[in-house]
Amino acid sequence: MHELSIIQSVVSTVTEAMSARPERILRVRLLVGALSGVVEGALQFGYEIATDGTPLAGSKLEVVSLPVVIYCKHCEALREMEGVQSFRCPVCGTPSGDIRQGRELEIESVEIEEAA
Amino acid sequence: MTTRIVELRKGVLKKNDELAHELRSRFEDAGLLVLNLVSSPGTGKTAFLERTLRELRAAGARPAALVGDLETDNDARRLAASGAPVRQINTHGRCHLEAEMIGQHLEGWNLADFDTLFIENVGNLVCPSSYDLGEAVRVALLSVTEGEDKPLKYPTIFNSADIAVITKIDLAAACEFDLGLARKNLHEVRPGITILETSSKTGEGFDAWHSLLESLRAGHPSLHAAHT
Ligand SMILES: Nc1nc2c(ncn2[C@@H]2O[C@H](COP(=O)(O)OP(=O)(O)O)[C@@H](O)[C@H]2O)c(=O)[nH]1
Ligand SMILES: [Mg+2]
Ligand SMILES: [Zn+2]
Repeated sequence: MHELSIIQSVVSTVTEAMSARPERILRVRLLVGALSGVVEGALQFGYEIATDGTPLAGSKLEVVSLPVVIYCKHCEALREMEGVQSFRCPVCGTPSGDIRQGRELEIESVEIEEAA
Repeated sequence: MTTRIVELRKGVLKKNDELAHELRSRFEDAGLLVLNLVSSPGTGKTAFLERTLRELRAAGARPAALVGDLETDNDARRLAASGAPVRQINTHGRCHLEAEMIGQHLEGWNLADFDTLFIENVGNLVCPSSYDLGEAVRVALLSVTEGEDKPLKYPTIFNSADIAVITKIDLAAACEFDLGLARKNLHEVRPGITILETSSKTGEGFDAWHSLLESLRAGHPSLHAAHT
């Protein structure tokens, strides 16, 4: 389980990026691809403890799950996958190793309290 | 209360990815083929590397290895018996290797002295998939004692691999292991993956493995870079 070290790097990345801003951080939006190797439940589980005593304390973690998208050569189109157990075009059945989305593990944005 | 959204767009593993990127350049500059071996504990990574190192040395090649474990240097001692330079990385509880640990454990080695570097990752089929170590090739191993559906249970790591090695093939009959089904499942989660069947006990399949290593050293500098 490496979700705790993932959260710690979320905390340090956000803290560093927001160091010049005094506003309170309310929410962190994280993009998590289906192939990122990270499980949302485990991220949420550790978030409160890992953010305690940091500028992220009290903030909410919002996880946006991204499905795998492959490029199907046969259809010449991008196709969204239902899971990660099969990498076949859902329309024509051709296997594809050309993955265009699904490995993301990215801090998309931070919601802050606007200074009055 | 009014709120505002600040776009960040920052990779969570950016630091690891950057270090891995630097390592990959160093490896390429030194002409060193680097492989990252991942599997469950007990699949036979160390046994596979013991034979690989021994046979490579006997053929006049210059392999080296780094081996990751939570604790102990037992595996490093097993691998060092081949005569190849080997270093143990103890992660003290961490369930995977990270690029920084690789960089630290290369210190004092002249990379140009080697032609192939094997990295045995910590036995774990989940966490190592997220951490690029700068390798050119990722090898996922599964043994015939683990069941044909291992790739379907851990698709993320098998999807991230370039080569799959089915180990302990000498036990296949006793385990009623269905090789065809295992191959089918591997191709389902990673279309086009190269698959080898080996026994570290009898040596079966090692000729194919050595030819594959040779073609990797000769050609494709970084199969794995395409993934990252
Ligand atoms: N019969 C047989 N046993 C093997 C083979 N490879 C490994 N083993 C045994 O499997 C056990 C675990 O092997 P090891 O290399 O330590 O696995 P690791 O945890 O993946 O490094 C040991 O008892 C090995 O002797 C093989 O090809 N055939
Ligand atoms: Mg081992
Ligand atoms: Zn299609």
